[in-house]
Amino acid sequence: MTGELVASTLRVSTPLIFAALGGMFSERSGVINIALEGLMLIGSFAAAVGTLLTHSPWVGSIFGMAAGVLLAAVYALFVIRLRANQIVAGTAINMLAMGLTPFFCKILYDVTGSTPSIPIGERFHSAPLYLGWALVAVCVVWMKYTPTGLWVSFAGEHPKALDAAGIRVNRVRWAAVLVSGALAGMGGASLSIFLSSSFSRDMTAGRGFMALAALIFGKWKPLPTALACLLFGFADAVQIRLQGVAVWGDHPIPVQFIQILPYLATVLVLAGFVGHSRPPKAIGTSFRKG
Amino acid sequence: MRKFLQPILAVVFGLALGLGFTRIAGESPWHVLQILGKSAFGSSYDLGMTLFYSTPLIFTGLAVAVPLQAGLFNIGAEGQLTLGALAAASVGALWPGLPWPLAPAFATMAAILAGTVWGAIPGWLRARRGSHEVINTIMLNFIAAGLASYVTLYLLKNPDTQNPETRPIGPGYHLLQFGFFNGAPVSMALPLAVVTAALVSILLWRTVLGYELRAVGQNESAARAAGIDTGRMRIIAMCLAGGLAGLVGVGEVLGNAGKFRLGFSPEYGFIGIAVALLGRNQPGGVVAAALLFGALHKGTSDLDLETEHVTRELSLVLQALIILSVSAEGLWSWMKKRSEA
Amino acid sequence: MSAETTAAVELRGLTKHFGNVVANAGVDLRVERGTIHGVIGENGAGKSTAMKMLYGILTPDAGQIFINGKTRVWTSPSDAIAAGIGMVHQHFMLAGPYSALDNIVLGAEPVRLGVIERTKARARLEALARQYGLPVDWDEAIDELPVGVQQRIEILKLLYRDAHILILDEPTAVLTPQETNELFRNLKKLRDEGKTILLITHKLKEVMSFTDRVTVFRAGKVTGEMQTSQTNPQELANLMVGRKVVLSIDVPPAHPRDELAMDVTGLSLAGAVAGSRHKISEVSFSIKRGEIVGIAGVEGNGQSELLEAILHPRDPLCRTSGTVRFLDEDVTSWEAWKIRDLGVAVIPEDRQQEGLLLERPVSENFLLGLQRSSAFSHAGFLNAKALQMAATQAVEEYDVRPRDLAILAGKLSGGNQQKLIVAREFQRKPRMLIAAQPTRGVDVGAIEFIHNRIVRARDEGAGVLLVSSELDEILTLSDRILVMYEGRIVAEFNRDHVTERELGLKMAGS
Repeated sequence: MTGELVASTLRVSTPLIFAALGGMFSERSGVINIALEGLMLIGSFAAAVGTLLTHSPWVGSIFGMAAGVLLAAVYALFVIRLRANQIVAGTAINMLAMGLTPFFCKILYDVTGSTPSIPIGERFHSAPLYLGWALVAVCVVWMKYTPTGLWVSFAGEHPKALDAAGIRVNRVRWAAVLVSGALAGMGGASLSIFLSSSFSRDMTAGRGFMALAALIFGKWKPLPTALACLLFGFADAVQIRLQGVAVWGDHPIPVQFIQILPYLATVLVLAGFVGHSRPPKAIGTSFRKG
Repeated sequence: MRKFLQPILAVVFGLALGLGFTRIAGESPWHVLQILGKSAFGSSYDLGMTLFYSTPLIFTGLAVAVPLQAGLFNIGAEGQLTLGALAAASVGALWPGLPWPLAPAFATMAAILAGTVWGAIPGWLRARRGSHEVINTIMLNFIAAGLASYVTLYLLKNPDTQNPETRPIGPGYHLLQFGFFNGAPVSMALPLAVVTAALVSILLWRTVLGYELRAVGQNESAARAAGIDTGRMRIIAMCLAGGLAGLVGVGEVLGNAGKFRLGFSPEYGFIGIAVALLGRNQPGGVVAAALLFGALHKGTSDLDLETEHVTRELSLVLQALIILSVSAEGLWSWMKKRSEA
Repeated sequence: MSAETTAAVELRGLTKHFGNVVANAGVDLRVERGTIHGVIGENGAGKSTAMKMLYGILTPDAGQIFINGKTRVWTSPSDAIAAGIGMVHQHFMLAGPYSALDNIVLGAEPVRLGVIERTKARARLEALARQYGLPVDWDEAIDELPVGVQQRIEILKLLYRDAHILILDEPTAVLTPQETNELFRNLKKLRDEGKTILLITHKLKEVMSFTDRVTVFRAGKVTGEMQTSQTNPQELANLMVGRKVVLSIDVPPAHPRDELAMDVTGLSLAGAVAGSRHKISEVSFSIKRGEIVGIAGVEGNGQSELLEAILHPRDPLCRTSGTVRFLDEDVTSWEAWKIRDLGVAVIPEDRQQEGLLLERPVSENFLLGLQRSSAFSHAGFLNAKALQMAATQAVEEYDVRPRDLAILAGKLSGGNQQKLIVAREFQRKPRMLIAAQPTRGVDVGAIEFIHNRIVRARDEGAGVLLVSSELDEILTLSDRILVMYEGRIVAEFNRDHVTERELGLKMAGS
């Protein structure tokens, strides 16, 4: 039973890890990323479509990442170039994804509810899980030991210093946001073609926000963030397991109480622990020369 | 006049771009626009439905605008309105014998109270624990949905139907509906919304509390240095927001369905964000923007029938594009510079 | 033509606009190689803008830049850096949580196989530190390092990149007199090794003591350029403002009353982490009505924390022990607005951050802090008419320009913003006035006005607490002077019995 729970936890955390690490690049560079939800959603849709077209989950993932990058580019355009408020624009991007996915779904498959099922041979069995953890390792090394990792950190902490050192701050931020699009897209892909067999409407169900919460809980550092994703994944896995199980005398726990556990956990985590974790100093502010 | 230019241009731009999207679906944007217009204003019923959709948007628009004036982002209007409606329906189902006007008054207060509590939670969390209200309100939306589901399906389920809804409210609770709209459920909730907007306006601009709320939103350090309790202001702002969103329950339960139906809200809470932004966080603007988005909502509802491939989700796309246009500061200041040069 | 080859830097006709504001209008400037060259002017005179263009942060709208005789055009600071120019900014460009090493190599990282070679960088920095006498702990986070060391790090950044022309923007703003001397010792050493140094400052004394040549800016133009040895502070001041300036006002002696305006006992704020140094420690002093007490000290020695503790004693983040009394009331557990209502006026340290709502009109700013008073509100509703009348009168009396109540506060100049704040605060008829850095970033004319008002408040019976990092201001206005160092009051002087040197020593902790 516990073995199953562990396996389940690892699987269910995978989309969160991709999305949260994507969010990390963006936020460390100073751009709040509320849009992770929408980026994941469009990634999950595009991945499903891609896999249906090409019968390969790997190519499907590329579709997913590409869609994430495209939507992230729109976000970056408004937030970096046009200096829109990051929370407002992020919310708009989420709405855009929620509106565009059924729109295209209807055009392609004539229904808005979900894409056709993908046969099991064409889905991922475990690859994204391992890829996710490989990504964690890459991120740890990247942020600490490479120049670009240093630039991303400074872009979010003290962009004026980065500018004075001769590095284009907004270019760094653009790159970071696009990377977050790709990674969140991959996270979405692992929802539709790994954990599930198709794309269904609004299937992200708040996971993008959970990923953001995991990022904050993990103090914007790659390894703690991934561990936080495991925690949330655990809550999610437990929820699936506990449905219908009798615990309170003869009455089964109402499904709703179990469903809200991960969200409740997020609120408690944020209230209890984030008080001492400090976001990058310049997060949320747009950068202008001079 | 200049002040109105930005929102109007944003709407035009957003609409144009969004309608342009329909080309991909093989439709003519002009044709789609006509469908939108006819469906929103074509008949008295259509107009009535537009007003019916606009009413909750006024409330949720205010529910986002007021905290924004205090510098807070309330993404939780959806959860606040859900619990408000649930509270009104619960009161109506548990005490069906209450007579008018005590009944609707009581139910309204319950709706406001439930919403206020749901707004107070993230307000308190932000003020006293420093955790950002954006994530908290979004999480609370999901939690509220769960609570509503539990109450509706386990505690107050309507035995006469398969639909996920509560038992009907007592007869004394129903609000007067205006017959002019040929069946569209336009009730006293609409004038209530407009009056509420006016009251909010007075609160924000003519009272000490309103001044202090706005000061906190303008410059927190200066407000604090001037002796304003910023934490308390934040909690008050979120309580007001929750109460305002809770009022949606009045229109929906007392003025329309007569019960709480799970999932009744077509994202009123999220659209409220668009309404507040387009209305520049001013109550007057909120009313105007609410009408626009109500029209959009009604307008797109017939798209499933009237077109091959475009569905009502287009409204989300249109709203998103409008929000993006309004928020593009760089664009507006560039245009301002050009016009001044 | 040949004269140009001795100039390390020459600016010709440099022009820059920000919207309608002309920051630089045809600036001509010439810096000889191997000299320390002072660039002076009031706030907003355009000297920072010109230097930012020299460094590549801003691009000129017109004009030319010559480096060692050749015209250069920069598209970004990296071009300027490549040409050997470096700048130490007034507000340090250092990211707190990251190490000194990382901050220095940023943008010039030695890279091998995609990874930063920190050992290589460290070796080079050690050599530089030895050569120029600038020792630094490379792995310590910036947040943990004292200001003097942070400045060394900023200078090392330039040396690491082989800068030959060093621009320093107001480097001594946060240093004690002793640290200032050490800085200039180091600068002289750099100069003797052939480096060219541009020193942006508004401190005339430093210019006279430490520079070889000086250029004066006023209103976006250069009004004078000469050998330092051939000029004097009065002449420089006149070039800076264009009229004869009274460098300090005459302050008549005080007649303090017996009543106490303020009394602070054992005020402390413990450090955030257990065992760490207290931010303010056992501060006790009192101020009588009718006297001005000045707190001298280098910024960052607890003055800001002291003010917070006095005005927000209830907040555990501002005060951990001690008592505060205003006008014979123990306010230690009072809310901030209640304390102000006693008649306590405050001119905050950072007016834009703490004193104004920049996006709101002047009238609303005039209300800030006064919104609950019976003069402007009744039963929770604001009295717009009363506000209008009072604001109009105040704006007239305190010479706030332009006389437009609808103009956004952010559009006013620094001096007018400060006068607006003074007008608002004095509306309370203060019995206690707290003035923190009251003339920072304010033009000379407004400085005089504000100083006079402060003295007048004193003579009308208010107790005044003056906190300032401008020693001249403290010495001019204060009847008694307290010195703060590392969160404690370390000395008390009577105004007639102290010299600047003594003050400087106490400010440095000796």
